[in-house]
Amino acid sequence: MILTKNEEQMLNGKDGYAVKKSMEILVALGNIYGAEKLIEVGSVQVAGVSYHNLGDAGLEFLNELAKDGKVKVLTTLNPAGMDLEDWKKLGINEEFARKQNLVIEAFSKMGIIISCTCTPYLIGNLPRYGEHIAWSESSAVTFANSVIGAKTNREGGPSALAAAFVGKTPCYGLHLDENRVPDTHVKVNAKLSKFSDWGALGYCIGKKVQSKIPYITGIKNANVDELKSFCASVVTFGSKPLFYIKDITPVSENVHPPKEKITIDNKDIREAYDAINDETEDIDFVCIGCPHASIKEIAQIADLLKGKKISSETEFWVATSRPAKQLADKRGYTKIIETAGGKFACDTCMAVAPLKGRFRAIATTSAKGCYYSRHNLMLTKMGSLEECIAAGVSGKWS
Amino acid sequence: MKGRIISRGVVESDALKTNQPISFYGGVDPETSEILEKGHELQGKRIKGKILVFPTGKGSTVGSYTLYRLKKGGVAPAGIINGECETVVAVGAIISEIPCIDKIDISQIKTGDIVRIENGVVTIK
Repeated sequence: MILTKNEEQMLNGKDGYAVKKSMEILVALGNIYGAEKLIEVGSVQVAGVSYHNLGDAGLEFLNELAKDGKVKVLTTLNPAGMDLEDWKKLGINEEFARKQNLVIEAFSKMGIIISCTCTPYLIGNLPRYGEHIAWSESSAVTFANSVIGAKTNREGGPSALAAAFVGKTPCYGLHLDENRVPDTHVKVNAKLSKFSDWGALGYCIGKKVQSKIPYITGIKNANVDELKSFCASVVTFGSKPLFYIKDITPVSENVHPPKEKITIDNKDIREAYDAINDETEDIDFVCIGCPHASIKEIAQIADLLKGKKISSETEFWVATSRPAKQLADKRGYTKIIETAGGKFACDTCMAVAPLKGRFRAIATTSAKGCYYSRHNLMLTKMGSLEECIAAGVSGKWS
Repeated sequence: MKGRIISRGVVESDALKTNQPISFYGGVDPETSEILEKGHELQGKRIKGKILVFPTGKGSTVGSYTLYRLKKGGVAPAGIINGECETVVAVGAIISEIPCIDKIDISQIKTGDIVRIENGVVTIK
């Protein structure tokens, strides 16, 4: 990799420990993946925030970096392991909260925006089409690449941080147009009739295409909430954080459908539900918001919960970003949801909160949410928002 | 054997070798350095102080922090030799300052060999 004089000096320690370590990481990754140079990035999204995943080792490393590390570009943060303002209501213990707050302090010291959301594009970290960025959080990476048309690899927490301290990332992979060409054509014949079908579709396509880039046809319409759900699912069950949907995502109108073709039928969608859902009738946890619920989704939840009561046997969470919650407060949605017995889980979500062993069975609209809940030893049910709310009210899946 | 330097440093120790990829997050005990992954051919072995030789890393990027924690706890491998290094191991080796080299034909190395890593070269003694 060819470095500028300034980059060489940063690598040699001119700007201190954090920048030196960051340059070492970026140069090593650049060499491994064949980058010729570093390129400037417009923004960074840092994952690896929950103390549940970081542990003391992660915390220690972040403290080390925070001593002299300051981010050079707009840098936002993934969800933490708890609601930072009201963790007690979510049943988080004091020791976890103390450690989680130390993690947040370290990130804050680095100059990072404590946004704690997996939907940075909804709350002020919105790249433009074609912009180079360095994001972690696979659902956001997929959304940025596919729906917005920005360019980022699927960074890990440390490599995203390194990019933030240097303001650059090695130019390889999805930063290069030649690596963004779709190589398989997915024809969707299935009828998508409810919201969770997008998660099921992501499951089918992710499993079938794996590391290929799909060019998807047969979808007539998709809103942003449906696309963000699809993004989360397709990259959880596949691995490539980029897809094209004809006439819906950027550049798709100029792309020729690849020759290799696979189809997704109603049967595939049914099989996805069969694979994602477990046998269970009782539901003791309902969580909506993976990825984080948008203000539009919160409005839908409030509308469906109005005048209803969540079962005393069931915990009901709306996982969202703090700015979305603040809009919900002003519009009265928060009051409706909380009066019904629901809780807001801001800054966190079912995938990164320390939930192992706390609940027996979850109902959610999200395929990704089901995937991570199984890691937390829960039985899973995926369905429409209406079905999930009915489960919250009755404590039963029907 | 000449390889590609991922993380600098000179080290000499006995090799612990596997032909299977290693996941550090969840796959290695950060306190004891024992390989935990069920069914792994190194399951139950401790990597502390060894030159760990394996084809490539796998698993969550949080695994980089596991290497850092091993180092801070004094139970990290002395060095790492990969066939093909990937992000998790590369980042972990760099932040933990564990010498790491890849593009090495690991079939030439077996467990118990005394191995030296220096300036991008692996020597078996």
